[in-house]
Amino acid sequence: MRRPSTETSSALPQAAHTRPRLQWSKVTVNWELYLFAALPVIWLLLFMYVPMVGNVIAFKKFVPIKGMLGSDWVGLDHFVRFMRSFNFRNVMWNTFYINAYQLVAGFPVPIILALALHYCPALGYKKTVQMVTYAPHFISTVVMVGIINKVFQARIGLVSVALAKLGLPEPSFLGSPDWFAHLYVWTGIWQNMGWGTIIFLAALAGVDLELHEAARVDGATIWRRVWHIDLPGIMPTVIILLILQSGQMLSVGFEKIFLMQLPLNIRGSEVVETYVYRIGLVAATPNFSYAAAINLFRNVIAFFLLVAVNRISRRVTETSLW
Amino acid sequence: MVARPGAELAPPPPGRQKPTRLRSGIRNAREDRVFYALDYVLLTFSFLIVIYPLIYIISSSFSDAHEVLTGRVWLLPINPNLEGYKAVFEYQDVWIGYGNSIFYTVFGTIYNVAMTMVVAYPLSRRDFVGRSPIMFLFTFTMFFHGGLIPTYLLIRSLGMIDTRAVLIIPWAIAVWNVIITRTYLQSTIPGELYEAARVDGASNTRMFWHIVLPLSGPIIAVITLFYAVNHWNTYFNALIYIRNDNLRPLQLILREILIQNSMNILDDMMADMTAEQLEQMTRREFLVALLQYSLIVVATVPVLVMYPFVQKHFIKGVMIGSLKG
Repeated sequence: MRRPSTETSSALPQAAHTRPRLQWSKVTVNWELYLFAALPVIWLLLFMYVPMVGNVIAFKKFVPIKGMLGSDWVGLDHFVRFMRSFNFRNVMWNTFYINAYQLVAGFPVPIILALALHYCPALGYKKTVQMVTYAPHFISTVVMVGIINKVFQARIGLVSVALAKLGLPEPSFLGSPDWFAHLYVWTGIWQNMGWGTIIFLAALAGVDLELHEAARVDGATIWRRVWHIDLPGIMPTVIILLILQSGQMLSVGFEKIFLMQLPLNIRGSEVVETYVYRIGLVAATPNFSYAAAINLFRNVIAFFLLVAVNRISRRVTETSLW
Repeated sequence: MVARPGAELAPPPPGRQKPTRLRSGIRNAREDRVFYALDYVLLTFSFLIVIYPLIYIISSSFSDAHEVLTGRVWLLPINPNLEGYKAVFEYQDVWIGYGNSIFYTVFGTIYNVAMTMVVAYPLSRRDFVGRSPIMFLFTFTMFFHGGLIPTYLLIRSLGMIDTRAVLIIPWAIAVWNVIITRTYLQSTIPGELYEAARVDGASNTRMFWHIVLPLSGPIIAVITLFYAVNHWNTYFNALIYIRNDNLRPLQLILREILIQNSMNILDDMMADMTAEQLEQMTRREFLVALLQYSLIVVATVPVLVMYPFVQKHFIKGVMIGSLKG
């Protein structure tokens, strides 16, 4: 945990290079700025860092009456218990699988759509398509899942009726563990593909026009220009986003997964966070320590995943977060 | 970096359209036409696939309940009527939730924007000693956070459960918005401006009110929108921290009606059911289904109505973010 911190602070952009010694006159002359930052920093320490420290209960047998400090240490017992538990493989696999699926299937879609929008010669049509495809991003998770339930409802939903008309068998979309990941990922793509294009459109607009002009004079088709000019041009953006998304690996989509979860599909839909919620807050006798341990386990893995991806990326592509 | 796609062609002749290149020029034109054709196909497909489910929901909400429940509505409303909407308007909980959500959104957003501005301002000042460590403290929480259980225990020990404050106070700042605000301030306000103000005897506080705020209009618009939409759309914190029915935001009530299919009206009805009310009961069930469609529309309207007018601000927010990913 030490390493990334030193790396980040030393590489933060535009850090005034006053490393050698601290000039107190600079601090005192700007004393008001510290007052400005005071409240947010207190908030940050209280609501972000205190819970981070609160994770010590993962190593204790937390009893509310004894308090966080008074409870007995149990070492790694909770982690061991989780790894040996009946649910461990299923929960970890679902968490990993759903996120990896989402990354692999969802990542290219906005890039392709952004290219299509970028090259669309009809400006009005482009604007219309943008307007419509951006809109679902603003639908709340609850409403989104409500729409999913309506469209994929058994027998009378839009998809079911269409399948029946075509004489095809109708799988149980909402109630089967095998369909859960597909449904989750593809409805997510539906909701966010338009919004995801914005950042790539900005990157595409930044590609050097002279390169395109030169290639055109040399007789390159659009296909070739896309492949040899546009894609390399937006590559830094693509890689940064890829790193960020793999950093969120194992954590995204909790709100939606939770709403889509049914007793029928639980085998395919139980992920770390829903599991933590269930045993930590819903259970008749909530086990705070055990739940916190599971969450911490996930967080640590996710964090090191991010560091690893960032490091690989820096070596291979010279692009990195820090 | 740029591979030369024309490598197999003759070296570029001085004239633009020499006969030697004509043949490949025609082939290129054809390939480009294919590109544009596919381009339109792809855009049209995306357009239809996004808009169709939305039309379906809206049409269903205006249709006759019986037609919806037998799966006959697929594009336009059948026997258009406002039954579903009438049911929504008569459903008390929805309006309690609406009011609560407006409260949380308005006060939460004001608090969010104020907190974000007062921290982004010092962090944007290059002469602010300690900005790197503070910035690091903030960004670190984007990648590693305490987690559900410790946060819950903290908030419980602060006695905030079941208060309106619990949906506002602990969620003061989204780090991402601090980053884009700071980036914006750094690129909009040059250091010389602060220097000049200082020479004129302005304090740092005065600079905030008279330089930073007047120049931050666009970024305030952006983060206001981001925060407001988030307040309006989120449900999970309320699910964990709110038990009192009268404090529930709209999304929580939507969850009960849309996802859990539980409605107080229905429960009340079932309690004293008699046999002859069976038919009325079925009618009720139809109505509930219809109400769900109408509710989806009603709940989404505030955001979607606003959306075309503010779209460009959102886009600007994403673009500023992309400057410093």
